[in-house]
Amino acid sequence: MITDEAKEVIDTLRERFGSDLMFHQSGGCCDGSSPMCFEKGEFKVGSQDIWLGEVYGCDFFMSADQFEYWKHTQLTLDITPGRGSSFSIEIPMGIRFMIRSKLFTSEDLENLSPVTTGEEKLSEG
Amino acid sequence: MTTLTLSQAKPVDRPSVKAKYDHFIGGKWVAPSSGEYFDNISPIDGKPFTKAARGNKEDVDKAIDAAHEAFKTWSKTSAAERSRVLNKIADIMEENLEMLARLETVDNGKALRETRAADLPLCIDHFRYFAGVIRADESTISEHDENTVSIALHEPLGVVAQIIPWNFPLLMATWKIAPALAAGCCTVVKPAEQTPTSIMVLMELIADVVPPGVLNVVTGFGVEAGKPLASSNRVSKVSFTGETTTGRLIMQYASENLIPVTMELGGKSPNIFMKSVADADDEFFDKAVEGAVMFALNQGEVCTCPSRILVHEDIYDVFMKRVIERTKAIKMGHPLAEDTMMGAQASNDQYEKILSYLDIGKQEGAVTLCGGESAGLNSGLETGYYIKPTIFKGHNKMRVFQEEIFGPVACVTTFKTTEEAIAIANDTMYGLGAGLWSRDAHELYQVPRAIQAGRVWVNCYHTYPAHAPFGGYKKSGFGRENHLMMLDHYRQTKNMLISYDKNKQGFF
Repeated sequence: MITDEAKEVIDTLRERFGSDLMFHQSGGCCDGSSPMCFEKGEFKVGSQDIWLGEVYGCDFFMSADQFEYWKHTQLTLDITPGRGSSFSIEIPMGIRFMIRSKLFTSEDLENLSPVTTGEEKLSEG
Repeated sequence: MTTLTLSQAKPVDRPSVKAKYDHFIGGKWVAPSSGEYFDNISPIDGKPFTKAARGNKEDVDKAIDAAHEAFKTWSKTSAAERSRVLNKIADIMEENLEMLARLETVDNGKALRETRAADLPLCIDHFRYFAGVIRADESTISEHDENTVSIALHEPLGVVAQIIPWNFPLLMATWKIAPALAAGCCTVVKPAEQTPTSIMVLMELIADVVPPGVLNVVTGFGVEAGKPLASSNRVSKVSFTGETTTGRLIMQYASENLIPVTMELGGKSPNIFMKSVADADDEFFDKAVEGAVMFALNQGEVCTCPSRILVHEDIYDVFMKRVIERTKAIKMGHPLAEDTMMGAQASNDQYEKILSYLDIGKQEGAVTLCGGESAGLNSGLETGYYIKPTIFKGHNKMRVFQEEIFGPVACVTTFKTTEEAIAIANDTMYGLGAGLWSRDAHELYQVPRAIQAGRVWVNCYHTYPAHAPFGGYKKSGFGRENHLMMLDHYRQTKNMLISYDKNKQGFF
């Protein structure tokens, strides 16, 4: 899920970088617990990452051990003004992607589409 | 709605700063190749107070050039001379402690009380520690037999890349710079985007004592300046403190160049309070209460924030009553007011992220014991990033118990047995810090021994003396700082294997 503001930012970045984008949810200190945005293929994912699906045409990944704690929540990609660190590509714009979370209800949980590992996703092409 | 305890003192004056700062390359101030600068916003009021240079690959390459040039001499500089330079840096920081402490507060938002008492003194001591350590440093020699001698000689790696986080801008820079310079390396430092100024003011102060090019600082955004630095094939090592995804990306770039890396990536540190803690209501009990409230130090923006409080269920009521009281008594206010205990979060996106975690915690069913919202300060601080210290009660599988919130939020849960405490403590992807509080002689050794963390504080928390190695297990990274063993991360070993035998071996 994604907010309209975040969609606009993705459009701007796609144009500027001339390529598709990907997201990886980070953990850990400082700028962790936030999604990182890169050009598609820049960040190597593999069997230890989970592909959550596509958001506005961008693949969204998370590490498998982190996913264990997140899988009961629905994530919405949003944008906020800020001064992030890390190599996420929207940072020079003075904004930062972030995640807003909502717990899935029990009906939601029955209707979730399956996820795959990063490795499987890559071999799909 | 909990009331907030406000600080009373009038804020001290801000130090004066320039309108903008350039890069510090080759001992000189070099304007960014792009000609661009970016605002540095103070978290105190959310307003810009200066500008930093917007660095790019060209600037990074100039810095690497300067470092390589300086390395030719620095690598041959005597240990005594390197030690003298590090000591001089410490002396200059000490002479300017008050100014640097105030500036660090303006740049990062943390309380002046902390920069005066912790950040700056720790920096000064760190330079002095490595200045001392390097004078007693030796390599080794071994006589294998009467004709064969093996010398294992430490040599500096060369030019290194160091990417610094924003939570303790000067201190994190010091932890990286001091051992690198002590070991004989030259460095290119990229400070965090949120806090690019205090280090530049430090460079102004020490520019004359450090040989040009030994220490270079390039500011900028991660993707524009950090990436060219971390992926350069002209650095011999990358050192990074930050979060996991960037850590992985840096390792990826380093793998392309086959260079070593060290990194520190955060944690979700458990603070364990065993039953014996409440055996008496004495000064130690009081110390343990403070130990629990340590989650609020530095606004919770510490990789080792004791963000999980694990209390024995039998003492939960008596202990948590005091912890909640003490938390509510934390004085918030203008970070430059001398009695403010907790200041502002470092940036708007951090502020928003923490609020989103307060929200998900409540959604997951955590009970708010105190705090749980933004602080809503006034008197000019309305647009600053202030959040009330918060304690949630819940269980270890909740997202707020597993993820690093990096804010003044602690999550408390109880345990019945020591085994359960250890299991909960270790049920995390991270392994950086942990705390164990007990009066029992057996528990004091055996519980920390079972916790999978690189730093276990026993009957204390949040102390970072030099000469106590610090680093992570599991997803918290690898490499150990604050100790002379760090020197080995900046050196390689040359083995000179010498034969004094005049006769040939007999092969050919």
